[in-house]
Amino acid sequence: MAQINTPAELEEFRKGILSKRDPDKPCVTLCSGSACNASGSGEVAAALSEEIEKQGLRSDVDVRRTGCHGFCERGPIIVIHPEEICYFNIEPKDVPEIISETIKEHKVIERLLYTDPGTNEKIIHESEIPFYKYQERIVFGSNSKIDPKSIDDYLAIGGYSALAKALSGMSAEQVLGEVKKANLRGRGGGGFPAGSKWEGSRNAPGAIKYVIVNADEGDPGAYMDRSVLEGNPHSVLEGLTIGAYAVGSHEGYIYVRQEYPLAVENVHMAIKKAEEYGFLGKNILGSGFDFMVIVHQGAGAFVCGESTALMTALEGRAGEPRPKYVRSNVVGLWGRPSVLNNVETWANVPLIINKGADWFTQLGTESSKGTKIFSLVGKITNTGLVEVPMGTPLRDIIFKIGGGIPGGKKFKAVQTGGPSGGCIPEELLDLPVGFDELTKAGSMMGSGGMIVMDEDTCMVDVARYFLDFLTDESCGKCVPCREGMRQMLKILTNITRGKGKEGDIELLEELAETAREAALCALGKSSPNPFLSTLKYFRDEYEAHVKEKRCPALSCKELIAFHIDPGKCQACMICLKKCPAEAITGGKNLISIIDQEKCTKCGTCFEVCPPRFRAVTKISGEPVPPPIPEEARTIVRESKQK
Amino acid sequence: MSEILLQIDGKEVRAKEGMTLLEAARGAGISIPTLCYHEKLEPYGGCRLCMVELESRGSTRLVVSCVYPVEKNLVVRTRSEKVDRIRKMVLQLLLAHAPDAFDLQDLALEYGADKDRFEKEASFCIHCGLCVRYCAEVKKKNAVGFVDRGIRKEISFIPEIASRECWNCKECFPLCPTEALQAAFVLTKALAFSSPSLEPASGE
Repeated sequence: MAQINTPAELEEFRKGILSKRDPDKPCVTLCSGSACNASGSGEVAAALSEEIEKQGLRSDVDVRRTGCHGFCERGPIIVIHPEEICYFNIEPKDVPEIISETIKEHKVIERLLYTDPGTNEKIIHESEIPFYKYQERIVFGSNSKIDPKSIDDYLAIGGYSALAKALSGMSAEQVLGEVKKANLRGRGGGGFPAGSKWEGSRNAPGAIKYVIVNADEGDPGAYMDRSVLEGNPHSVLEGLTIGAYAVGSHEGYIYVRQEYPLAVENVHMAIKKAEEYGFLGKNILGSGFDFMVIVHQGAGAFVCGESTALMTALEGRAGEPRPKYVRSNVVGLWGRPSVLNNVETWANVPLIINKGADWFTQLGTESSKGTKIFSLVGKITNTGLVEVPMGTPLRDIIFKIGGGIPGGKKFKAVQTGGPSGGCIPEELLDLPVGFDELTKAGSMMGSGGMIVMDEDTCMVDVARYFLDFLTDESCGKCVPCREGMRQMLKILTNITRGKGKEGDIELLEELAETAREAALCALGKSSPNPFLSTLKYFRDEYEAHVKEKRCPALSCKELIAFHIDPGKCQACMICLKKCPAEAITGGKNLISIIDQEKCTKCGTCFEVCPPRFRAVTKISGEPVPPPIPEEARTIVRESKQK
Repeated sequence: MSEILLQIDGKEVRAKEGMTLLEAARGAGISIPTLCYHEKLEPYGGCRLCMVELESRGSTRLVVSCVYPVEKNLVVRTRSEKVDRIRKMVLQLLLAHAPDAFDLQDLALEYGADKDRFEKEASFCIHCGLCVRYCAEVKKKNAVGFVDRGIRKEISFIPEIASRECWNCKECFPLCPTEALQAAFVLTKALAFSSPSLEPASGE
């Protein structure tokens, strides 16, 4: 491959790629993001190539293994082009039929289609499925169109045209001006305006400057950045290169966690290809601008997502935040001006340059422009990655796109912003998502984690869970974070175990206040958020735990008991047989009784009791009724009497 | 170096550019408590005890004085309700680990910190990092370091280096505000250094 030396050569090359591609030729795209790989995408891919070979269609069908499509709940996903027929939950055994029916005969296989749970209607096309219909996938949409390992695929959808435009037709100031005008705010957590950050670095003294991609995404349940980097690594590289040009940097770093092997692999390959094609290296597209990118694999520390800790780790030292009052865009990596933005932020840059700030600012709210990718997980029907315009109400994300709460349960809260974010209750569901809106509600945007909780979730236990995560992930450098969280976790654990004391809530508030005011870095300062936001909206749950030793969500094991209602038990003996602790006694026509001493509260009896009986109940905050006397235990059945 | 005029606790203080608030205050005879500060070492900002309040345009903000550089016309308060509250809480948290450390006891008295506020934990180290940083920055030996992170973080000697360097140094011992270091060192010596290969051969 000869280098592409000018924007004109790039366009010529692009035309060449497109001319070789027949838009009417059948193409099977198979989602091969990490989630789909885990649910068997690799096996499906093998079956596809085998079957295509077997049916003699090798030159008639293309197969493309793409990045994550987002609808992870239904993976592996296959989309057949040009008709755009979507099939879900594909297994290798479905493949022969797909090839013989859909590819050869152009027939749709009903059973593999998406069924609308509301109307039971089968839906053929992606654009009509509610999960996709209400999204605006400007950043994430390309994922399902390209093979991340193929730079030609990226070029075929217009890749690197923004870079060519910036390098050939715009000055660095103009690029900077466009990003500032677009009011692109950092998608990694703080929401700091990217343009101002870049400008600070550009104007900072020093000849050597750095641009860095923060791909250290570590929130539990969040994988947006991972999926963008895995599925469309060139978009991040292109954005980074444009940023480097605007800032005046010639060296970039991608700090990616080593737990993301596919992202690491794909980004390495993307860099290699981009260098070969001349999109990275010396004299990029004949502009005279030089830029190189180095991948650094993080050792897996949540705190390294914090900017100064990340830079310390890049320098080869333990990832701990620095106590600096100078911004890292002025004094950063190796003491030099360094612009750090997360994956999604960089991926937005080519769009802004190509389509303009005016286009970008049409999307979103007054203070939050563009779209945001959220990782929608937890007690939600459609688990997956969703991209919506800023300003979309939480209710639309959870109910229209997410399909609501499974199992007929009631929505309770949504946790946004990762471990340092907070829980938002039902009464605020109409809140439009945006940086400032979420902060005002006591949570934050963070990098876009969204964990949905239903009525069975105990909010005190949620706070305990996140603090447990954070005590593990804190770097341990400053006292308010390390020691404060240690104590907060202890107190919260006691509360969920029924050992809460009068004054515990106040002590937690005091510790939270100290961390907020005195911790060294953003992680420490925001560490009490899970507690503070749950206390703000669910104080009654805290008080029930402490004062009545009652868990209103019937979730905290130490505070609940399982009881079989003698009036409802039909002696089917299912619970008795399934109980792993052998804590249930009973027999034929004998009402089952749980021995509370032996019960481990695993909940199996509750789950297996047939819904038509619903005899097993959970009790909290009140004594368990005494077992039914032996003489009253026998069920006399009417049919037997006759 | 130009001179900078600022106000600390109502007193006019002259400082040199590049100095920290802590240096300026101490130079003017105003005391600010610290646990992780040492004049020979890079500021660490870990104990948060040296926090002070800055006043500007009617609002206040908290900064750690061991890091924050002096600025012209800065108004600094080394004691305030907020500052004292933070110091008290920090001390109480640390006293759970080292209730008998003299430095902590003196400060506890000053700030009304209750050493029994939190349940005691069996670790005397308060993670000030003085030994670790002194060994790295002044001695350039790195014989002692931090291992692990978060609430599991602790100091540890690296036997291969410590067995060579520590016998004739021990300069970090007196730096420790809780005497935990000595305990750790002795422990390491007992556990690691007594391995036969490191002992002089008999008859020598």
